Amino acid sequence: MKHSVSTPPGGIAFAPSPLARADISPERRVYLRRIQQERQLIAISRVGLLLLFLFFWELGARQGWIDSFIMSSPSRILKTLFSLADNHIVMHMWVTLYETLTGFTIGAFGGVLLAVLLWQSELLSKVLEPYLVVLNSLPKIALGPVIIIWVGAGTRAIVVMAVAISMIVTVLEMLEGFNSTDPELLKMAQTFGANRRQVFQKIVFPSNISTLFASLKINIGLSLVGVIAGEFLVSKAGLGYLIVYGGQVFQLDLVMTGVIILALMAVVMYRCITLMERLVLNGRKK
Amino acid sequence: MKNILTAEGITAKYQAENGEITAAEQIDIAIAEGEFVSIVGPSGCGKSTLLSIMAGMLTPSSGRVMIDGELVSGPNAKVGYMLQRDNLLEWRTIYKNVLLGLEIRHALTPENIEYAEGLLKTYGLYEFRDKYPSQLSGGMRQRAALIRTLAVKPEIFLLDEAFSALDYQTRLEVTDDIYSILRREGKTMVMVTHDIPESISMSDRVVVLSGRPAHVRSVHPIEFEKDHLTPLARRDDPHFNQYFSEIWKELRGNEA
Repeated sequence: MKHSVSTPPGGIAFAPSPLARADISPERRVYLRRIQQERQLIAISRVGLLLLFLFFWELGARQGWIDSFIMSSPSRILKTLFSLADNHIVMHMWVTLYETLTGFTIGAFGGVLLAVLLWQSELLSKVLEPYLVVLNSLPKIALGPVIIIWVGAGTRAIVVMAVAISMIVTVLEMLEGFNSTDPELLKMAQTFGANRRQVFQKIVFPSNISTLFASLKINIGLSLVGVIAGEFLVSKAGLGYLIVYGGQVFQLDLVMTGVIILALMAVVMYRCITLMERLVLNGRKK
Repeated sequence: MKNILTAEGITAKYQAENGEITAAEQIDIAIAEGEFVSIVGPSGCGKSTLLSIMAGMLTPSSGRVMIDGELVSGPNAKVGYMLQRDNLLEWRTIYKNVLLGLEIRHALTPENIEYAEGLLKTYGLYEFRDKYPSQLSGGMRQRAALIRTLAVKPEIFLLDEAFSALDYQTRLEVTDDIYSILRREGKTMVMVTHDIPESISMSDRVVVLSGRPAHVRSVHPIEFEKDHLTPLARRDDPHFNQYFSEIWKELRGNEA
């Protein structure tokens, strides 16, 4: 809604600082200042910690305290990053990204769809419950060899691995969410004669938007885990492949660079989902 | 006045793993058009089960419910149901919340929408139609929930411990408010409650149920010298306490 009055988070930058107002009590002023100082301290400490870590890593490497051949160093990682073309890092990134997003999409849609199916039929969900629990706790990476034999060594095996790892969690999370929808809301819909499909569309699913995004956030991370595990096993390209390759030829700069890119990718993908969540929630509220 | 709703020989049993529970036994109630009947009974006696049966949401083990001379066998379009809480959907605007019932019944015709908008205007919620439930006060939320039910044009309103989720003061106000709206709309009302003062303050008749299995213990016509008193005004009437002690004793007698 356009005309609602609300302060967006971080809106302090646009509004005059509350500290500048004359009509607040000294106690309030002290309180506000303390909050502001605490926030600044946290932000500075976070960046400082990273810089300190990088500084000592670099220093240690240069002074010979640590062996930069096995530990690499920030400057060597930077150099590797800048010589992207030689290592085809961008290509490897795209491969991993493509596989992760494919696995994520299939895992998310498939998981939600299965959860809907299980919600529909209480009998089915009771019958399948122990199997889901076992599948959930089973380390899916153990299925690697089987998957490779079934679908062939290559991209397909990697995507299947990502789906195997991410889907079951989605099913369990979503089913749990669906089943814990406020029963009073369900009864309200039933008093108007809503059938099961209407109850789902109008009550159960919209009630669980935040459950959906919570499980998507887990899902994207797990898809990446699945893809890297898959790439370790079979691939000819991708960051997982690059890391394994780097390890085999003792090029630890490449391994470290791969890990750092992976971390950045994970953060960006996670952020994208948070952003999507905010868009959806804002779209339907305020 | 003719009876609009009759419950004849209602017995309700339900099965649980640890045994069979009889919630209600041989209950006969007839409700006249435009009447306000309260059903009171000790908690857990099966009042709500009875109400669900009247609404057609539960099938009785034996007996039948007739509305306007027709046998009830499933959710009935002539019945509106109000629950303890307003149950507004937080992700819908007030406007979209009010249309939910029509939407579920596939009845979003221009006439019905106009009718719902008219209700919003009459009861002072039209300017809040684009707000979300969380932006409204408890009383306004109850009004919105009421309009959501009124929009599907039921003839009979079943109130299941309605308003009991509100704090006491808000509840007194909301009771007054909703009561006057429903009276103005000329609806027949059946309310289930464990709150004796509430039942006396609103009803034409109070039906007292026994403990489980519930059966009708007695029926008290409630009459005040002045007609058309609001629930709050009734609470100030000297007869109020007399009715209260009568019904109270009967409910107490149940437990002994």
